Amino acid sequence: MKMNGCQRVSAETTGCGDCEPGLNARVPVMLAAVLAVAACGSGSDAPQSITTVSWGGSYGRAVNEGANIPFTEETGIRIEVEDYNGGLAQIRAQVDIGEIHWDVVDLEIADAVRGCDEGLLEPIDLASLPPGADGTPAEEDFVDDGRTECGVGNLYWSTVYAYNADNIPGEKPATMADFFDLEKFPGRRGMRRVPKVNLEFALIADGVPLDQVYATMDTPAGLDRAFAKLETIKDEVIWWEAGAQPPQMLADGEVTMTTAYNGRIFNAQVLEDQPFVIVWDGQLLDVGQVGIVAGTPRLEAALQYLAFATSAESMVRIARRISYSPMRKSGMGLVTTHVVAGVEMEPHMPASPANAANALRYDWAWWVDHADELNERFSAWLAR
Amino acid sequence: MVKQRPDGRRSPPAPAVGTASVLAPRMGSFAYHALCAAVFVFLVAPILVIIPLSFNAEPYFTFTEGMLRLDPDAYSLRWYREIIDNEAWTGSLVNSLVIGVSATVVATVLGTLAALGLASPGVPARRVIMGILISPMVTPVIISAAGMFFFYSNLGLGQTHLGIILAHATLGVPFVVVTVTATLAAFDRNLTRAAASLGAGPWTTFRRVQLPLIAPGVISGALFAFAVSFDEVVVVLFMGGVEQRTIPRQMWSGIREQISPAILAVATFLIVFAALLLVAVAWLRRRAPG
Amino acid sequence: MGGGPGRRGRLRGAMRVPREQLRALGLVAPLLIFIGVTFIAALATMLMRSVHDPVVADALPETVALLRGWDGERLPAEAVYETAARELSRAGEERTIGQVAGRVNRVQGGLRSVFTRTARDLEDEAPDPAAATGTPWRDALIALDTAWADPATWHAIRTTGERFTSRNYLNAVDMDRLPDGTIARQPEERRIYLRLFWRTLLVSGAITILCLLLGYPIAHLIARAPPRRAALLLVLVLVPFWTSLLVRTTSWIVLLQTQGVINDILVAIGLVSDDGRLAMIYSMTGTLIAMTHVLLPFMVLPLYSVMRGIPPQHMSAAASLGATPLQAFLRVYWPQSLPGVGAGALLVFILSIGFYITPALVGGSDGQLISNMIAYHMQTSLNWGLAGALGGILLVGVLALYMVYDRLVGVERMGLH
Repeated sequence: MKMNGCQRVSAETTGCGDCEPGLNARVPVMLAAVLAVAACGSGSDAPQSITTVSWGGSYGRAVNEGANIPFTEETGIRIEVEDYNGGLAQIRAQVDIGEIHWDVVDLEIADAVRGCDEGLLEPIDLASLPPGADGTPAEEDFVDDGRTECGVGNLYWSTVYAYNADNIPGEKPATMADFFDLEKFPGRRGMRRVPKVNLEFALIADGVPLDQVYATMDTPAGLDRAFAKLETIKDEVIWWEAGAQPPQMLADGEVTMTTAYNGRIFNAQVLEDQPFVIVWDGQLLDVGQVGIVAGTPRLEAALQYLAFATSAESMVRIARRISYSPMRKSGMGLVTTHVVAGVEMEPHMPASPANAANALRYDWAWWVDHADELNERFSAWLAR
Repeated sequence: MVKQRPDGRRSPPAPAVGTASVLAPRMGSFAYHALCAAVFVFLVAPILVIIPLSFNAEPYFTFTEGMLRLDPDAYSLRWYREIIDNEAWTGSLVNSLVIGVSATVVATVLGTLAALGLASPGVPARRVIMGILISPMVTPVIISAAGMFFFYSNLGLGQTHLGIILAHATLGVPFVVVTVTATLAAFDRNLTRAAASLGAGPWTTFRRVQLPLIAPGVISGALFAFAVSFDEVVVVLFMGGVEQRTIPRQMWSGIREQISPAILAVATFLIVFAALLLVAVAWLRRRAPG
Repeated sequence: MGGGPGRRGRLRGAMRVPREQLRALGLVAPLLIFIGVTFIAALATMLMRSVHDPVVADALPETVALLRGWDGERLPAEAVYETAARELSRAGEERTIGQVAGRVNRVQGGLRSVFTRTARDLEDEAPDPAAATGTPWRDALIALDTAWADPATWHAIRTTGERFTSRNYLNAVDMDRLPDGTIARQPEERRIYLRLFWRTLLVSGAITILCLLLGYPIAHLIARAPPRRAALLLVLVLVPFWTSLLVRTTSWIVLLQTQGVINDILVAIGLVSDDGRLAMIYSMTGTLIAMTHVLLPFMVLPLYSVMRGIPPQHMSAAASLGATPLQAFLRVYWPQSLPGVGAGALLVFILSIGFYITPALVGGSDGQLISNMIAYHMQTSLNWGLAGALGGILLVGVLALYMVYDRLVGVERMGLH
């Protein structure tokens, strides 16, 4: 939270603890405060401050420590952090209404591509980014996965499902089918309130082989099949939106199992000693992107931040705080242990060979084409 | 959320029958009182339960065994410390106060003037004007917030303190109008006529005669307006950015995204605050004229 | 300035009333203007958006004009394709394509990506004049995406190209205008709003009844208690009333969740087993309980103020005339308390049909009300026109109830029972 000078002044003038209660004495002071605040409100966007938007919770903290704080130390540019839960809505709203408040956004890759096509994001030239940790030019340093026109890849992450070992006595769930099996594992389930991932998981649980999942989703019958599978557990699902919710729901016993971003579960395991278990079977392996909102009046500082946050060094710093691995080749070998817990990170990374053995690669191109239609269908399905 | 002012009139003569209940024939009397007791518990217990839980030493939302044994180690101030150390919470308190006080000033000044005007005889279309002035109180806040989002953004006031202050002043002003109007209704107009006939100008009459008499009403209207702003979340949700985070906005994301017992500490603070407001309004009401 | 004192006196007398009126209006005017600007104009903006949307008409003006002459069944003429291609590619350069694509997508799902990709691809894929057949632009666009061979795409442009539209209001009541201009109900799986309005009314009705059932006895108790005790009991009603809504909602989460206080108590006294804990929150049950708690004071306070005015002698008189307590209540007390019942019930009902925060926090997916859908269209789907239309319908409903309330109780007593 920024506390700029104006705010402090107005807080002092209005903190009227000792003033006489007489209205006459108070009104002018308060009016002065109103004016001071009004001036702050409209004039505080000096170029030396940008708003970056990320996913909050333990990932937000990792980005803060891994990129934001070092960036401010190095450049003196202050960072306001806003949290969101994905999607393009807030960016579209700002562009539509013509007031840009966000500068740099941590995006899902399908949104980065759609946002680019819609003119919501600035195109980014990879060549303008700093070279890798070993001096490799940026264009060669980034992996081929997820190169898009407006987004710069940062981290591999994944959606998995997890459970609290304390709350499932006896046999433990091990496959995606178990997540959908209410008879074998009764209890409520947590799922993200979007169609993405849930449709894929439903089909995997319904027996569709991994390499056929997107082909199946490409047909109306396949989509019906996915929704039908979701329907079987719909009454037991608590829908989450923020990535911080699933670990909380597991800890509170509000759900027996929940889908979750793998890093959030990992951090709850190592930092809070929670008896959570990740089921890697059928995990959806994804890549993250960082982009800049088109038309931001703070473009230069935003570009500076983007270059810093997607440097190999920043990626490594983040990856040592949450189990998402770098998308720069020169950073991959540098992630050693967790900075606080000291555990080796590699066995917890979603892209590590053991964990990715039965992983589904996220087909973002499919979702670029179908996201709108399915978002609509999904929310109508939920409202019924 | 519309706050409603409790009874603004004087206490009635005490009924003579005491607690003997008409609803309750002797046999049902016990059931009736038990029902009433249960309803009072339903009203108050959920609020009171938060207070001890905010001193929980463990990150749980329920009473631990230690707490039930009254073991001092099971209680701690850790959540209070967490809030004081957390810039997001302290910053949101500052924002809430700045926005609340500013909106209250605007609402109180405009609302009191309008109530004075409406109280004078022969105001044309009084009922219609009253309806318009009170409309922000009855309109569902989601609709007000949606409209304000479009309108204020068009004016360049999206994500500014000023925009939220104006919006909150709008939502709070009906309470000032209603409260001051009620005070004025109990006010003897002959006093102003007397002052005028003794040669006092309108301003002097207002300052020396009217204002002291309606002051309790004005102040309790102001407290209402402040309470409205201090508890408002939807407008802030639609129109505010990071820099306009208020306490309710911070609680909203806390509840939705990661509910930590720190929220209970904030809630306890707000409960104490509400109790103080309640006492203040009750005290002012006793000082009201009439 | 001539004339005797008599005449001056008469003049002053004639002027006095208007001057006083003027002074009164002068006092009211600042607030009236303030509310007019900050509130009425804001609502007007929202309602305007529900019927007016110039984005497509501004971005593709010539295409929209040409489509007015299209029959709606066969594919449009080559000139339409050529104009559309030119205007789409210009919209791509001017970065308005995202907004255009968003609009057409609401009429025909899936068109957003068709439009954005077409605008992007047109830059490198204009038709080759040498290979041109009779319809080079049509072929080029269809080669980019087969959606351009579907009349529904063109229908979507034509519909969204109307600056003024009733589409949002039709959609808000689960209707739509078909390509041939007739109005029909939406397909089964897209009918959600009427159901939601209905659910909102039902839930509000249920909460009103619950509040009345719980509030009537305690209002009665407070009204008949001796003053000191009445004041104390009134505080028990006023404490929740003054406590932040978010605090009260948080309390219910703490109480109702699976590992929460109520479940713990039930387990401790053996009513439910540890793994059979009740799921009370994130569902309609949660919404009902929490909203009843939040709105109960709004029922008790008006009831109390009416009941306090009922002379207790009436009941004892009825009893002395031989009425049983039940008869006395039904024939004497209840009719006299009806104004309070009406005021309280209307107030609770009005407040609950517009409720947003509590259902959003404790409602889960089946405890959502119409306000939550408005918020969804405001913040997530960005269908602001539809949000405005749903809001407009809700507003009309609330204002109608508000007028009834005004008739029965008086608006200026809104807060003063």
